[in-house]
Amino acid sequence: MNAPASPPRGLLGVRLLRLAPENTKFGFMRFRRVSYPLSAALSIISVLMFLFVGMNFGIDFAGGTQVDLLAKSGELNMADFRAKAESLGLGPVEVQQIGRGAEVILRINEQPGGNQGEQTAIAKLREAFNNDFEFRSVDSVGPSVSAELVQSGTLGVVVAIIAVLTYLWFRFEWQFAIGAIIGTMHDLLLTVGFFCVTQIEFNQTSIAAILTIVGYSLNETVVVLDRIREMMRKYKRLSTAEIVDMSVNAVLPRTIMTATTVFLALLALFFLGGHVIRSFSAAMIWGIFVATYSSIFICSPMLIYMGVRADVFDKKREEAEAAAEAKVQV
Amino acid sequence: MLRFAPWKLASVLALVVAAILLIIPSFFPAPAVEALAARLPGFVPLRHIVLGLDLQGGAHMLMQVDEASVVKSQVEALRDDVRQKMREGKIALAGGIATQPRGVLVRITDPTERARAQTLLQGLSQPIGGPLAGGNGRTLEVTQTDAGVQLTLTDAAIADKIRHAVGQSIEVLNRRVNAMGTKETMIQQQGLNRVLVQVPGLQDTTKLKEIIGQTAKLEFRLVADPGDPPNEVEELPMQKGVGTLKVQKRVMVDGADLVDAQQSFDQQTGEPDVTFRFNLRGGQKFGLVTTENVGRPFAIVLDGKVISAPVIRSPITGGTGVITGNFTVDEANNLAILLRAGALPAKLTVIEERTVGPGLGQDSIDAGKRAAYVGGILVIIYMIATYGVFGVFADIALGVHILLIFASMVLLGATLTLPGIAGIVFTIGMAVDSNVLIYERIREEAHMGRSVLSALDAGFKRAFATIVDSNVTMFVAALILYLFGSGAVRGFAVSLGLGIITSIVTAVTMTRMMIALWYRQTRPTRIPI
Repeated sequence: MNAPASPPRGLLGVRLLRLAPENTKFGFMRFRRVSYPLSAALSIISVLMFLFVGMNFGIDFAGGTQVDLLAKSGELNMADFRAKAESLGLGPVEVQQIGRGAEVILRINEQPGGNQGEQTAIAKLREAFNNDFEFRSVDSVGPSVSAELVQSGTLGVVVAIIAVLTYLWFRFEWQFAIGAIIGTMHDLLLTVGFFCVTQIEFNQTSIAAILTIVGYSLNETVVVLDRIREMMRKYKRLSTAEIVDMSVNAVLPRTIMTATTVFLALLALFFLGGHVIRSFSAAMIWGIFVATYSSIFICSPMLIYMGVRADVFDKKREEAEAAAEAKVQV
Repeated sequence: MLRFAPWKLASVLALVVAAILLIIPSFFPAPAVEALAARLPGFVPLRHIVLGLDLQGGAHMLMQVDEASVVKSQVEALRDDVRQKMREGKIALAGGIATQPRGVLVRITDPTERARAQTLLQGLSQPIGGPLAGGNGRTLEVTQTDAGVQLTLTDAAIADKIRHAVGQSIEVLNRRVNAMGTKETMIQQQGLNRVLVQVPGLQDTTKLKEIIGQTAKLEFRLVADPGDPPNEVEELPMQKGVGTLKVQKRVMVDGADLVDAQQSFDQQTGEPDVTFRFNLRGGQKFGLVTTENVGRPFAIVLDGKVISAPVIRSPITGGTGVITGNFTVDEANNLAILLRAGALPAKLTVIEERTVGPGLGQDSIDAGKRAAYVGGILVIIYMIATYGVFGVFADIALGVHILLIFASMVLLGATLTLPGIAGIVFTIGMAVDSNVLIYERIREEAHMGRSVLSALDAGFKRAFATIVDSNVTMFVAALILYLFGSGAVRGFAVSLGLGIITSIVTAVTMTRMMIALWYRQTRPTRIPI
């Protein structure tokens, strides 16, 4: 391999930025003795946290009513506000001040009396706060809807995993699909753990975040696996570990590049996108980090354990794929 | 690598121009765009981008047809039908008719009579969907038990009734809402037994609920006499004030026969009231009842609550009457609207309500814009810093990518929500992934000693399979989010999905053209990345 004589220069002769070192030869696979126990432990902790601490379910899934209020006077005395909210007889009241200003989010649990109970609660809240506050938003989810949202959310995540697994199974060998799915499950569990630890509200946008993380995680994995498959065809005599290491090193610059651009975009969303989608952005940032880690340290070493060798690609299939690829023109 | 058909370049440029044209109207106020669009033929896609209620502000209410109330009214109707049939068939009703949650039991002890009753009552069971529709479903299950004849409503019959109730409810709600003058209100069916009402710009749903939340079943019943049998009398609450009133169970005339209702003022007291007019049948019934009961109080009952019970002073035969009840003008007006639009076939319960005020909506738009601009600029700078002139190409492709997302949203009439904006910001980071894959591959190929042209060519070719694979997985996630998500989350799925499709066009096809043109112009001796 010939390295370029001098580093290339970009526009106006400014030296180009390289976050990832060139031609790395890190022994990533050696880390599996650290990364596997670590990830296993984190996954188990996540499950235990989920079971014993639980997530902070928003009203989408837990039912209840949430209002976003802005004090018309521009000033808000939290103690007074809390006292007034608690005096309404709507059960436990959760109050959260937004920023440092006069905006506050008030949340009450599902009211007794089914769907009608929520309606009564909204009426009470309007009566109590309409004079001094602007109602910036009112969200109320009755028991029948919240149960369905839980159901469709769970179903969505499960179906997404199955669908993508099927696609990978068609496009790659089954060992690859297993590796990818273990990585995805890992990311999923750690994201759940993230919600448990931070107690960030888990709502409908969190489901969106989770599915996007699943998508991103698979995206990362596919890029690495694609290269591993290519390398396996090329270097039939190398061991699987060597091939996986070579492949991960080869795609490393791209992995770092893409993770950075996505991270930059999400960072802007987190700080500037407003409080309504902050929990979404936070979960996504965590997800990008975890997905990048798992594609390198979890999915790829799986192939070693699964006993994938270069000879899994029998001649016929390889030719068929080569023909198919040749047809694909940009 | 270097050659591409001129028509390809032309079509990409045409696409960009078309996208810009589609987006331009969205920079102008929506009403102005609509006014202009109304004067153009329908196929011209001159539209404003549709903003979700979370961005433009408004109310969203999901209501469910109350199954219990549908079943209850069906059981009551069944009881009346059974009584009628038995009378026609001259079968003595010794044990009476017991109503059950899902049907009625006709108590008959004599086995031969019981058998006769079963055959007779079998006639009440109708094929579902009316006699003309196919299928072998029926509305009733008629069986003999030791106690008598059991009639049970089938699941299919109830489902059918609920389906009808939803359809009717939508008609009634539309009439009511139109009468209120909120023209942008959207009312549509959701699932099997639900109605979704969306009103852009509405903040306080209290008034809306007064209009759409009421069944508005109007009944005229006689106030009970001390001599009436106790099982034909019930005690109903007063709508205003406290206390109850004993009225007869029998409904003399009901609101179904009303043809008009208007808010008016009492000529003597000047108080607001509601003047109503019956159709011919209702007018005759009303005339008959009032003639026979002069001097008795006549209760006006709305949804099980007594509005008032004026004394009938003289027979009312003209088919018109007045409802008084200490109304304010608003209340009288609402009642008139409700009576004109007709009663809902069943009770509707609000099961989900979301309102966003215009303040929060605008804040969300501003915050989303800020995040998009800053995120975009960071990515643009980073790409140029890393890839130089190739980074510029990627950034141009990124700009077109965002343009195409918005344009396709306008074209498809898709709704832009706050999560949708989040999706677009995310795809800003994600769209350059294809460029990164290609560029890194080009670098690798160049490092392996290939010539510039051959490295470019191999980079594009080899990266393409990976780009397809990785985008398909992302697209599947977006698709499933769209299918299973609801409300605003769908907006995220839409922008994510569209973003994936457009990013392949822009990051692969467009970048390739730009690099080819650049190569022809500069004939570089080495890859500049």
